[in-house]
Amino acid sequence: MAKILEVRHLSKVYGRGCPRCFELTGPEYETNICPACGSVVAAHDVSFDLHKGEILGVMGESGSGKSTAVKCLYFDERPDSGTASFFDDGKQYELFKLNVARQRYLANHRFGMVYQNPHAGLNFDISAGGNIAERLLMSEVDNFAKIRARATHLLTRTEVLPERMDELPKNFSGGMQQRVQIAKALANNPPLLFLDEVTTGLDLSVQAAILDLIMEIQQEMDTAMIVVTHDLGVIRLLAGRTLVMKYGRVIEAGLTDQILEDPQHAYTQRLVASAL
Amino acid sequence: MSPRYPFGFLDEYAKKEVRRSILKAVAIPGYQVPYSSREMPMGRGFGTGGLQLTLSLLGRGETLKVIDQGSDDSVNAVNLRSFIEMTCEGIDTTTRTDEADVIQSRHRIPEKPLREDQLIVLQVPYPDPLVVVEPSEDKRKILHGEGDYSRLLVKLYEDVVKFDEITISHRYPTRINGHYVIDSSPIPRWDVPKLNQSRALILFGAGREKKIYAVPPYTSAEPLAFEDVPFRVEDFTDEYGRRRACRRCGCTASFLDEFIDSNTGEKVYQCSDADWCNEYRAGRVEQLEEAEQGEPLPRMPGVTDEQGRSSVTGGTMPGVTNG
Repeated sequence: MAKILEVRHLSKVYGRGCPRCFELTGPEYETNICPACGSVVAAHDVSFDLHKGEILGVMGESGSGKSTAVKCLYFDERPDSGTASFFDDGKQYELFKLNVARQRYLANHRFGMVYQNPHAGLNFDISAGGNIAERLLMSEVDNFAKIRARATHLLTRTEVLPERMDELPKNFSGGMQQRVQIAKALANNPPLLFLDEVTTGLDLSVQAAILDLIMEIQQEMDTAMIVVTHDLGVIRLLAGRTLVMKYGRVIEAGLTDQILEDPQHAYTQRLVASAL
Repeated sequence: MSPRYPFGFLDEYAKKEVRRSILKAVAIPGYQVPYSSREMPMGRGFGTGGLQLTLSLLGRGETLKVIDQGSDDSVNAVNLRSFIEMTCEGIDTTTRTDEADVIQSRHRIPEKPLREDQLIVLQVPYPDPLVVVEPSEDKRKILHGEGDYSRLLVKLYEDVVKFDEITISHRYPTRINGHYVIDSSPIPRWDVPKLNQSRALILFGAGREKKIYAVPPYTSAEPLAFEDVPFRVEDFTDEYGRRRACRRCGCTASFLDEFIDSNTGEKVYQCSDADWCNEYRAGRVEQLEEAEQGEPLPRMPGVTDEQGRSSVTGGTMPGVTNG
């Protein structure tokens, strides 16, 4: 299988940082705040590979650095060290070495991002269709009829009634907003999609429908995805491979089945045991 | 003329700074060049930006025309003109478009095509077209730098969705030389095509916002639109599908103002460009059908090439000397 993303030794520290930050934090010290300088080690030494059409789960409790790692990859945050290579169309991009304009180009054209809060991913002042149009207009589609057709197609695909595409997202339910966000992220057929706690806060039946949708999209379009969640159920359903993070470190990585059936790390064992 | 003021009211350093900013604006078509914008003896928002440009550019022996809403006689135009006359000794003023070297204008570009030796200064209240979609100037600068105008296009998209057409009436966002999109100042859509491949230099001055930008001569200016929803100018056809005519001069190819006749109470239409109306009435210009489609260059009968287009050098109108 073709590799699409290769992340090595990604680190992100909030605060001024000191040489001892990394030795004094982590799961063995039960903290990610450096006792010497007070900086927060949000993520350290995160490495993984992602292949075409694969879903990678990133699991961990709040503050474990899972969202930070993904935000670095989507250029919402700048990492302090580490490399990430993105393979696209036979070309290789060193994500953190690109200039800001190129980074934004990739984020807008080749990546998709779905946030936990629809307010982060959607513009609530413009219609659902307009939100999708924005991403298409970024990639120089300037034909109104084509934009309409594509938006209608995407909204139908994500099971939002196309008759409602000219309504403002604020009139939609939480689940619908999330669907519109997914439709917007898919507008350019990105080969890589980031999903940050997409089902958190939705009721169970809506969660199930959104997860179904994500799986269908992955199978139809062969989109690689990184799914960040603290929900074991989501991981079990979606992810082929999983990283477990705690205090900014990856404490366990492997096939999802393996991790859920035979967890090695004490934290993972507790996590799996506590799941009902 | 009061001897207390230096020529052009502004001190030499201020004028030099404005001229340098103009050069930069011409070198980077459509880019908003910041400048210091001096305090003028009138409120900001009354054309101080345009006034500073005019005062820095005007030289002795040159001729100035000032218009507001197409008219030379409106209060703002009269006051600006007399202020410039008072502070620039040895200049001439005119109301005739073809006699002017420098035209300062608000809301209109004259109907009569400008020449290479003329320049027009437009007063701009809001120089940045992105201000409606992005409040932070920092972020706007990044969007301009990367040529990312998708959010403006989304506004057009929403317009077409709601009203089946683009409803921007003035300040139409226009892409200059394939990159920067400018706020075309409060000119109506009718005048936007005149920016494209203009023979005269077009300068924009925003005094309150402290920005200068330019559309240099023979530079492309494309109004933002969709491939299948093209830009169009104002439509002056009446309910019977006939083109409305100016009630004063009878011209059917100019931008018309609509107002209510105070005696009869009915709606009447008149040329917005006062000089054009006078010229047309005096028979000095021909009826120009092309202008109806918003084409900036009118045609003179007889001076057309094999393809039937008017030639560039001979394309002026009868009675108009080419400068």
